[in-house]
Amino acid sequence: MSDQRPKRSGLAIWLPLALFGAFFVLVIVGLYRPADREVASAFIGKPLPQFNLPAATADRPGLTTAEMKTGKPRLLNVFASWCVPCAVEAPQLAALTQQGVEIDGVAIRDRKEDLDRFLASYGNPFARIGKDDLSEVQLGIGSSGVPETFVIDGKGVIRYQHIGEIRPEDVPMILEKLKEAQS
Amino acid sequence: MIAEIGLAVLWMAAALAVLQLFAGFSALRPGGKALAGMVRPLAVMQGLLVALSFLALIDLFLETDLSVKLVAENSHSMKPFIFKLAGTWGNHEGSMLLWVTIMAVSGGVVALVEKRLREDTLLATLAGQAFVSLGFYAFLLLSSNPFERLPEPAPEGAGLNPLLQDIGLAFHPPTLYVGYVGLSVAFSFAIGALITRDVGPAFARAMRPWVLGAWIFLTVGITAGSYWAYYTLGWGGWWFWDPVENASLMPWLAATALLHSASVLASRNALRAWTVMLGVIAFSMSMVGTFLVRSGILTSVHAFAVDPERGSFILALLAIYIGGALALFGIRASTVTEGERFSLFSREASLVFNNVMLCGILGIVLLGTLYPLMTEAFGAKVSVGPPYFNPVSAIFAIPMMLMMGVGPLLRWRKDKPARITATVAIPALITALALLAVVVFAPGIRILPMLGIAVGAGLAIASWLPLNGRNLRRTPLSVWGMVVGHFGLGVALLGAASESAFSTERLAAMNVGDTQSVGPISLKLLSIEPVAGPNWTALEATVSASYKGGPAVTLHPQARTFSSPPGERTESALHTRWNGQLYAVLGNEGDDGRWQMRFWWKPFVPLLWLGGLLVAFGGLLALIGRVAQDVKRLRVNDKIAFRKARQDMLK
Amino acid sequence: MKPLQSSHRHSEPFHHHSQPFHRHSREGGNPAHNRWNWIPAFAGMTKRVVLAMMIILAAPLAAQDQLPPAPLAYKQLDDPAQEAKAQALMETLRCLKCQSQSIADSDAPMAGDMRHQVRTRIAAGEDPEAIRAWLVERYGDYVSYAPQNKPIMWPLFAAPLVILLLAAILLRGRFRRSDTKESGE
Repeated sequence: MSDQRPKRSGLAIWLPLALFGAFFVLVIVGLYRPADREVASAFIGKPLPQFNLPAATADRPGLTTAEMKTGKPRLLNVFASWCVPCAVEAPQLAALTQQGVEIDGVAIRDRKEDLDRFLASYGNPFARIGKDDLSEVQLGIGSSGVPETFVIDGKGVIRYQHIGEIRPEDVPMILEKLKEAQS
Repeated sequence: MIAEIGLAVLWMAAALAVLQLFAGFSALRPGGKALAGMVRPLAVMQGLLVALSFLALIDLFLETDLSVKLVAENSHSMKPFIFKLAGTWGNHEGSMLLWVTIMAVSGGVVALVEKRLREDTLLATLAGQAFVSLGFYAFLLLSSNPFERLPEPAPEGAGLNPLLQDIGLAFHPPTLYVGYVGLSVAFSFAIGALITRDVGPAFARAMRPWVLGAWIFLTVGITAGSYWAYYTLGWGGWWFWDPVENASLMPWLAATALLHSASVLASRNALRAWTVMLGVIAFSMSMVGTFLVRSGILTSVHAFAVDPERGSFILALLAIYIGGALALFGIRASTVTEGERFSLFSREASLVFNNVMLCGILGIVLLGTLYPLMTEAFGAKVSVGPPYFNPVSAIFAIPMMLMMGVGPLLRWRKDKPARITATVAIPALITALALLAVVVFAPGIRILPMLGIAVGAGLAIASWLPLNGRNLRRTPLSVWGMVVGHFGLGVALLGAASESAFSTERLAAMNVGDTQSVGPISLKLLSIEPVAGPNWTALEATVSASYKGGPAVTLHPQARTFSSPPGERTESALHTRWNGQLYAVLGNEGDDGRWQMRFWWKPFVPLLWLGGLLVAFGGLLALIGRVAQDVKRLRVNDKIAFRKARQDMLK
Repeated sequence: MKPLQSSHRHSEPFHHHSQPFHRHSREGGNPAHNRWNWIPAFAGMTKRVVLAMMIILAAPLAAQDQLPPAPLAYKQLDDPAQEAKAQALMETLRCLKCQSQSIADSDAPMAGDMRHQVRTRIAAGEDPEAIRAWLVERYGDYVSYAPQNKPIMWPLFAAPLVILLLAAILLRGRFRRSDTKESGE
């Protein structure tokens, strides 16, 4: 054996433990924080992009940006007939229309016959339904799935995004957001 | 009955582990010697019992005993034999049982064969091994019992995920597992050595074969995983730095560093504290990786795997073992003396340099993997991917590979640069020429592949130089191992760089009879037919391919549909030539009746996995060499001891 | 330890945003979003996903996304230089519906639609970084695998330097000591 001198300064020796401690804290925080695992739109507070979607069904007109600037807040519902939660939220959408809320729909990657069947069985709450086969509007407003519901104010500015289906308990909150959008 | 036996045996093994822990530690105390004799037999018994328990689970899966919950949830009576077998570990509970099995069996083997280490260090090591296993026994028995029965036997099993019904994938996870758990032995050795303050060459020699063995399995596991991703995911990608891939890479990086520093410790008695710390870190990385994957904490938006209870359990184990070991290191490391010193220009110094580079990559991978989690704490969602990992790991990897060409030529302790300049000139020249050739002949390629080709070519040549001037027949196997291993890395780098620099892609909508081309290959879609396998049906395309107008070969990419459980998977078709690989995928049928086909021509891509296997083969050579050396040394020692004893008797 | 809130994760696949496997259902147990399954623990996950799919398939609403992929989702641009640009960009954009995949190697329809966007814009002469910025404006930094130049990412870029510096500090004393000693001998 060569010399008996201590090998390193005291601090360096504790570095690995310190790093592990930092890792541990980070992970604990990560595990126990109710993390938001959705990709939220970063486009809230910005005006709707320009679009002009053709009609998705025979009995409702298509959707353009200009038509959405009605001076009155409305909902933009991104949905599809092939999506189960979209059927789940249908009664809530119906309830919202009964309260006088106007809802526009964007049908994502959908076929007319599927859409007709879907609207026939779950009701049609939409004032207009635009056909978005290339997810252009979806990408344009930062939506990453179906269903998602956006609150659009009277000037066509996106005010709020609800990710996932609207559950009965969400309806008052949505109405509240619409009221906020009025100001 | 089998299930009950399996469970009972598992409990017994856990009880033995408790005994082993106490006997081991009390034997370390003055006056506790009475128990010392028990420790080795306990470790062996424990290994046997767990192995029996694992065999019981295998039997249940092979029999498809649907009264056992785990079997009913993960198997199916119609599944081919090999996938029934693989089903044993293709789930959480089974894989944990495999984990403790490997751990306990390794402990038993250590107890049986390890004779070089000081007895007290060995006892501490075995006690440490028992301590680590106990956590996993608790995990298994308290929260993930693999032998749980259903109240009513299920009519039929739920089946195995189609993705897992792939021969490569069936054996890929256990391969990685053996590697992970093999590092637990190194960890136990490190703990044992720290407890008895016996950090020296004997410790390094005892630990080295385990590290080597684990490292070989990790290398094979990662190589196979990368190949699996390549041909199964259907887009020709082989590494994406995703958290799961990183989780398997981190222990490998740590084990590679450990392997080399253990060599320095074994032959030069230097880098003592550093080696012990790497011993702790390597297994820590296995556990951290397992935790990150199992807890689902890093899985992006749509993670269904998440089981908070499991995550918390592994986190608790992590805190106890890693935190405890690092604290022990902090307390004891200051009493570990420095060992032999060496000059800045020496074999040791080059190994230290590369250890630092490896740890640098490790740090980057760990940080990059965790970074999204960190920023989320500040409310920002970010992604860290290849655009970060590739260049930043290259900052460390390129100097490291250059040093790999030089280091093995240096003498231990102290050397003169002048002695090796002439030798190093050859690979340096080749690196420069390769760089020049790429710049001249392939001007458009990105900087990283360009450097990769140059450095890879240089390393592939330089790795053979340590044999220069040696009698090849007398060259120890471990030197051959090093040469082959380093060569393999150069080859893999060449393959990777060539793939990212020169791949060509062709996406095409084709009718039957249409022709297409990708790179130097012309293609023709001959037919699309339905075919059936044991538990799947598929649409199979027949594509004929010809390289530069040469003889045609046919490929059969498939789109498979599995029935139990239902699912679909693309089965890409590969055609390998000496200078590259053709990759063909059958996609969906378009509205106009044409088929979406995807083709890639990837020059020299097979070198990537060939290189990986060469690295592992180098490790195997080194392992055989080391073990043979150890056995020889033991025999000589035995002989000396025997003669001595005889002489004493004669006196 | 306190158990996690179930709302934390999608323990229940129907919870909402069922799109991932719906949209993927054309590809079925598609490797696209199952990159993770090669670790055994994830077999369990897939089984749950698959069970969920079985239930969905059995439901009357079995309809899936039946549309053909977007025109440029699986079609390269005619100009190889433009296609190379598009490809390089696509490899660094995150598929929002997958686990750890770029849009360049995913079969998810939304990834296809994103590829269509990218190729269309590149063909129109738009700069790749402008397209990235367009997406980041809508989805945040999450959508880009290339770290953005923002203060929150600076520590990540500083990391290699910190590591090298740390190593230098730890090692410098060591070599100098041994060197001086050797020269002193």
